[in-house]
Amino acid sequence: MTPIEKVEGRAIPLGLKNVDTDVIIPAHWLKTTSREGMGRGAFESLRADPDNLFDSAEYKGAPILIAGDNFGCGSSREHAAWAIGDLGIRVVIAPSYSDIFSGNAVKNGILPVVLPQAAIDRLMEVAATDPIHVDLDTQTVTTPFQDRFAFEIDPFRKMCLLEGLDEISLTEKSDAAIAAYEQQLDADRPWLRPAA
Amino acid sequence: MTRPRTLYEKIWDAHVVEQRPDGTALIFIDRHLVHEVTSPQAFAGLRASGRTVRRPDLTLAVADHNVQTTARLDAAGNRLPIADPESAAQLAALEKNAPEFGIRYIDAVAPEQGIVHVVGPEQGFSLPGTTIVCGDSHTACHGGIGALAFGIGTSEVEHVLATQTLLLQPSKTMEVRVEGDVGPGVSAKDIILHITGVIGAAGGTGHVIEYTGSAIRALSIEGRLTVSNMAIEGGARAGLIAPDETTFEYLKGRPYAPKDADWDAAIAWWKSLATDPGATYDKVVVIDAADIAPSVTWGTSPEDVVPITGVVPDPASFADPSKQTAAAKSLAYMGLEPGTRMQDVPVENIFIGSCTNSRIEDLRAAAAVIKGRHKADNVRWAIVVPGSGLVKAQAEAEGLDRIFTEAGLEWREPGCSACLAMNPDKVPAGERCASTSNRNFVGRQGPGSRTHLVSPAMAAAAAVTGKLTDVRELMA
Repeated sequence: MTPIEKVEGRAIPLGLKNVDTDVIIPAHWLKTTSREGMGRGAFESLRADPDNLFDSAEYKGAPILIAGDNFGCGSSREHAAWAIGDLGIRVVIAPSYSDIFSGNAVKNGILPVVLPQAAIDRLMEVAATDPIHVDLDTQTVTTPFQDRFAFEIDPFRKMCLLEGLDEISLTEKSDAAIAAYEQQLDADRPWLRPAA
Repeated sequence: MTRPRTLYEKIWDAHVVEQRPDGTALIFIDRHLVHEVTSPQAFAGLRASGRTVRRPDLTLAVADHNVQTTARLDAAGNRLPIADPESAAQLAALEKNAPEFGIRYIDAVAPEQGIVHVVGPEQGFSLPGTTIVCGDSHTACHGGIGALAFGIGTSEVEHVLATQTLLLQPSKTMEVRVEGDVGPGVSAKDIILHITGVIGAAGGTGHVIEYTGSAIRALSIEGRLTVSNMAIEGGARAGLIAPDETTFEYLKGRPYAPKDADWDAAIAWWKSLATDPGATYDKVVVIDAADIAPSVTWGTSPEDVVPITGVVPDPASFADPSKQTAAAKSLAYMGLEPGTRMQDVPVENIFIGSCTNSRIEDLRAAAAVIKGRHKADNVRWAIVVPGSGLVKAQAEAEGLDRIFTEAGLEWREPGCSACLAMNPDKVPAGERCASTSNRNFVGRQGPGSRTHLVSPAMAAAAAVTGKLTDVRELMA
C-alpha cells in the first residue's frame, strides 16, 4: 500500500448522498480476477453524461472527492476502492461512509475524511474554483481562504495510512496469541469444529 | 458481578484474541464463506506471499454470483459451459483455488450448491454465537440464526484466509424492536422494508442492529434470515436475532451442525447469549407491527419505501434538501411521476429469488398466490430461482415448481440470478422488475433497469396482475 500524508489538489464536488457501490463500480466490472484497471468502470453511469465532473478539464485526475452522507453504501466489493484509487483519488471527504467501504478504502491507501455537512457545503463551494489541502498528520483540511477543518480518525487507521502498512504481516506477529486462542476454543467449545 | 451485556457484546467478548491499546481488537473468525467474485485476488495474494490458509476446516467455498440458472448438465450428464468467458474464468479460479488451498468446495453441479447465504445456515455450517465473514455484504443474513456475520472486502478475505482473524473496532449497538402482530399478507420482507424506510439507508451506520420484539420472535428462521439479510441496507455492519428454540429446531440434524453430546453443550452455550436484562443499546428504535403494510420501493435507495396503498412521493415533500435532490433523480431514473398510486405502476419482469427471499417458505408464499392463476400478458419475463439445490428439491417434492410453470413462470437452477447483473439474468434498460432481492440501486439488475423491492407474495401478485398489487386483494 502506498503511504499517504499530505494531499493537495482539485476536489471533485460530487456532493450526492447514498452513493452506492453499484454507482462507484457496476457489477459487470467485477468479473475479473485482477485488481487493476478498475478506473475505466468507475462511476460509469454518471460518466455516461458527456458533461460529467470526472472527465471534465478541471477535475480529471483530481486527487480528492467530496460526497454526501453514506458514501460507499451497498456491496462489500473492494473493487469500489480499487476503482476510486485507479482514478487517482487519494482522499474522499463526506459526512459519513458505509463501514465496509471506509475499511476497504484505508486498506488501499485512500483516506476517508469525515466532516460535518456544514464543512462539506463550504468545501463544495471552494472546490468549484480552487484546490484543497488535506494533511493526515495534523488531521486537517484547509483551503486557500483560511478555512481549517479538523477531522477525527482512529489511531490504527492513521498509522496504517501514514506507514503504508501490510495488515497481514502485522497480525502474523500475534501468531502465538492466535494459537493460544484456538487451543482454548477447542477446550471451551469443541463442537465448533464442523461435524461433517 | 459482571455488568449486563447485549448479545453482540457477548459474542464479541468470546472472540477477542488480543485487545490492542489503540481500541482495535484481533477477533477470531469461526466461519469463512468464500465465493468466486471477491476471492480470486485474495488467493493470488496468498500465492504471491507464499502464505497458506490457516484453518481450511473453518472455510467453505461455493460459486453463486456468476453461475447460470438455466440447465448446467446436458442430457448425457456433461457439464454445460458458462457462455460468458469472464464468468467462466472466475468459476475456474475458485475451482482451482479451493482444492489447492485445501478448502471444502461445493461444486456448481453438486446437489447442495446454491447461494452462499442460503447454503451456510442450511448446511448447519453457520451457527449461533459464531463470527461469520464472507466477501459479500449480505453476510449480515446469518445474523438471523444469532451469528455475528458481516461482509468484508478482498484484503480482509486474504487476511482471514491467512490468519483466521480480523482486526476490528467494536461497533455501537442498536436495538430495533418490533412489537405486536403483523396483519395478513405482511411478511418478514415487509417488516425489513418498513424498518429500512424508518431508520434510513444510513440509520445503522457504525452499529450492529439487534432485532427484538414479539413480531421478530414470531418469525421462522427463513423470515429471520430475510430480516437480518437487509441490515446492511439500513447501513448496519450486521444484524442479529437472539437464538431460541426456533433456531435450535431449525439447526438440529443439519450436516455440519454439532451432534449428540456436542449438540447439548452447544445449546447450553447458545442459550447464555441472549441480551441480559438491564443491558443498554447505544440507539433504540421501536416499531409497532400493526403499522406495517405490504411494502414496496419507489426509488433507487432501499430507504425509498411506501406501503403498497401509498403513492409515489413528491420530492418537495422531503424536509432535507439533499433528499429532495436525490428523490428527483430517483424518480427521473425510475420514470415515475409524484402522486402516482403504487398500485397503478405496471411491471414487465418478475424476479423471485436472491439471498433475501429464495428459501422454501418464500417459494411457498409465492406459490400460494400464484396457484390457479396465470401471469398477466404484459409480464414479459418471470423467473423463480430457488436459493439452493436442496430448496429446489424440496419445492419440487411439494409441487411448487408445477404451480409456477403452469402459471407461465420459469423454474430455474439455484444462484444469485437477477439480483445483481453478473450473470445472464438481467432486466433490460427502461423496464421494471418486481423483485424479491435486496437492492434497487441504479443499474443493479442491469444498466437502466428499474427495480421495485417487494416480498415473494407481492412479486407473485404483480406477476398475476401485471402491475404492483396489494397482495391482500388476492388473498381468499
